[in-house]
Amino acid sequence: MSQARVENNEAWIELSAIVGPEHLRPATPEDAVDAVQPAGVIVPGSAQEVAKVLRYCGSAGLTIIPRGGGTQLGLGNRPRKADFVLSLERLNQVIEHAWGDMTVTVEAGCTIDKLQNVVREHGQQLGADPMQPEQATVGGVLATAESGTLRIRYGAIRDLVLGLEMALPDGSVIKAGGKVVKNVAGYDLTKLAIGSLGTLGVITRAVFRLHPVLVATATFAAMLPTALEAEKLVLAILDSHLVYTGLQIRARREDQVFVHIRFEGIPESLQDQFAKLRRIAGAHEFVDCSGDVWMERQKLFVNAATSVICKCCVLPSQIGSLCDALFPYAKTADVAFILVAQGTGLAELRLDAASQHTLMTVLGFLRSEVDRLGGTLTVAQCPVTMKSEMDVWGAVKDALPLMLRIKQKFDPGEILNPGRFVGGI
Amino acid sequence: MNARLVSEFRSIVGDAGLVSGPEQLRTYECDGLTLFRVVPDLVLLPATAKEMQAIVKLCYREKIPMVARGSGTGLSGGALPVKGGVVISVTRMNRILEVDLPNARVVVEPGVTNSAITAAVSPRGYFYAPDPSSQVVCTVAGNVAENSGGAHCFKYGVTTTYILGLEVVLSDGTLLNLGGTTMDQPGYDVVGAFVGSEGTFGIITKVTLRIIKKPETIQVLMAAFNSSSEAGAAVSNIIASGMFPAAMEIMDRLALEAAEAAVHANYPNCQALLLVELDGSAREVELLMEKVGPICKECGAWEIRLAKSEPERMAVWKGRKAAFAAVGRISPNYLVQDGVIPRTALPRVLGEVDRLSADAGLRVANVFHAGDGNLHPLVLYDRRIAGQEERAMTLAEDILRLCVEAGGSITGEHGIGEEKKMFMPVMFSPADLDAMQRLRSAFDPYDLCNPTKMFPGTDANVQRPVAYEPHPIELAGLAQRY
Repeated sequence: MSQARVENNEAWIELSAIVGPEHLRPATPEDAVDAVQPAGVIVPGSAQEVAKVLRYCGSAGLTIIPRGGGTQLGLGNRPRKADFVLSLERLNQVIEHAWGDMTVTVEAGCTIDKLQNVVREHGQQLGADPMQPEQATVGGVLATAESGTLRIRYGAIRDLVLGLEMALPDGSVIKAGGKVVKNVAGYDLTKLAIGSLGTLGVITRAVFRLHPVLVATATFAAMLPTALEAEKLVLAILDSHLVYTGLQIRARREDQVFVHIRFEGIPESLQDQFAKLRRIAGAHEFVDCSGDVWMERQKLFVNAATSVICKCCVLPSQIGSLCDALFPYAKTADVAFILVAQGTGLAELRLDAASQHTLMTVLGFLRSEVDRLGGTLTVAQCPVTMKSEMDVWGAVKDALPLMLRIKQKFDPGEILNPGRFVGGI
Repeated sequence: MNARLVSEFRSIVGDAGLVSGPEQLRTYECDGLTLFRVVPDLVLLPATAKEMQAIVKLCYREKIPMVARGSGTGLSGGALPVKGGVVISVTRMNRILEVDLPNARVVVEPGVTNSAITAAVSPRGYFYAPDPSSQVVCTVAGNVAENSGGAHCFKYGVTTTYILGLEVVLSDGTLLNLGGTTMDQPGYDVVGAFVGSEGTFGIITKVTLRIIKKPETIQVLMAAFNSSSEAGAAVSNIIASGMFPAAMEIMDRLALEAAEAAVHANYPNCQALLLVELDGSAREVELLMEKVGPICKECGAWEIRLAKSEPERMAVWKGRKAAFAAVGRISPNYLVQDGVIPRTALPRVLGEVDRLSADAGLRVANVFHAGDGNLHPLVLYDRRIAGQEERAMTLAEDILRLCVEAGGSITGEHGIGEEKKMFMPVMFSPADLDAMQRLRSAFDPYDLCNPTKMFPGTDANVQRPVAYEPHPIELAGLAQRY
């Protein structure tokens, strides 16, 4: 559908009637997803409006790209079709901070920073630090299952969600989970929605469990000569009694690999932890360093229009072997890399090279290495021209038929993000 | 079931894997919820995933309903057989297949018990965190099916947090590997969806799970109060002070009496007992524990004891974990409920429970996970007295409605099963329930896996015993009921 045609057509009139004409605007080139240009941007003001939009689009055969802060639009395959962007920007309120219960109910379009600021007033936090919190929204973080450096302590974002409200393509608004920390009533549809890249429904509201803000924080860094030594140190820390809120490996050169660790707690215990850390580290010296190192993941995405950024999920004990395979290969192929790996085994990697052909080759090599280790590799961002040559998610093994059936049950008309998710979903 | 089918099943699992005698079948007529009983047509105990697959394929061909069962400790009737169906027990598949300590991963067969996992990794300082009270006997597959919790989930989370991969057999006999050993597998989180599906999606044949390092120090503080409300206020103040205890448990007078009678836990003689467990680095626990005592005292605690050593700690927990069963000592019959409320609603809801209990003329013992607002009211009654069982059931139902009205849930860890399916519409709208059914049909389009459970409108042909019926082995003097 071209923009010139769109404003007077039936879809435009129907959608205006649902959200109000002032909340439907023509799309601009900035609204394109992987160079697929939508006609308009719909901005509903309630979950019911979201549901009505979905139902109408389903009946009219129009496709929808749900969008929060737009920080992760590079994730996924190129959409087969993108008629409208559905922006959650008006659903941006913190509904209820039940601080006595350590829970918060928040609309999907609320940014992570706004949410954190509200709950911090009572000394609490959402135990997650996704990238670009000033722009990233609750809904976007949930749809992409983005997790940061705090995961090693507080778990993945899925572990912090107590309940969700979702609008489905059939026009219903459903509730999954609840508002209490423990709840096993019915199927856990929250798990299904989290990480589904908006292909089953649109998350409109979430309830999170919260954690207390820890009073004191300290970050330490050690430089190691090889990735294998860094891995050994990380494994020793994982096997220790240390209580940390971040554990990360970062490397830009094969002979300079850093291990970062963050302690949080009461001031007296930080000293105690540091003393224990030094005993574990032995000859490797840890020094006090700035907390900025926890922004390394986010920095990977700065000026990265021609870069490939991928996420390799391996076991903690495989990070060293992954690096050992990659580093010499990158050197020979003249590929610059930055690796930021969490102690959980989630490694993010930025690759830069003179040509896309080189990037494709190194990516192919990396994928085969990760496969060999039994892990998975997802391309989180790359130039759109590369997307036509690969599936950014890699192969999903024997669960794909089941996933296709689930998609069919929830979005039979394939109106939500068609083609962006695994296996053509 | 006709003889031809029985012999076909026998050819798959052999004599050791098949139970068909009327007396033996009665062992499987109920799970931990003894209120409902259905004798299955056949019980199958496969020894391998291959046998499991063959059994399921046969059931699929004949459209025979299947009910998977672990140790049968569930408290909501999730493993209650279905009339005309088979029960498939996973208890013979009980090997620990792989322990990977550097990565804190363990791969087990479905019939391995919860405690066996911890026992296998404990010498190296690790443990498996979810700890339902039945952990010594309950199986990991049962835990996965029910998304089991325990006393320590306030800090450590429930089963779903720890499950990375599942090998399952779907109702048509397809064997699938969902998830894996690494995190964040691309695609829908079908493992997360499977956990807590109460056996309605398929049967588990292998589980990959995460273990965690034991904390350096664990200390439990016991505080005696004159009322549960005072103990509840202490819980709120502990949390408000920024602490994050591993567990906070409250037992009321009746529950304490029962626990005392059963295991002689040597608890203080009080109206409400609060247990607060802190764990973590030694220095931090020492310092924080110094604050817990005074907070409790401010809220009215008149006796405080600290258990620092492992044996002392075990003694404290023994009484708590035995509490449900112990109630059998002070009442001939009882119903266990599992409602959850926002923690701040605790004083109000407890007051209401007292009022409802007085109105019904029945005693209610309270044991609860106070940190996460998970109540376990035990409604005490005597089945021999006409009308008491009905009154007890009505009272238990009223308590659940109270929990939902307070913004909570009808079950925190026991599951819906047979018992609470009629309450699903109290918590969920028709659209919510419809979405759940869609998911179910993606896994099991023919409704063969544990049909009739979890959702209203399905009849399991349940028999409620009118009076206590002793098991034949009890009549033969081989077992004793207490």
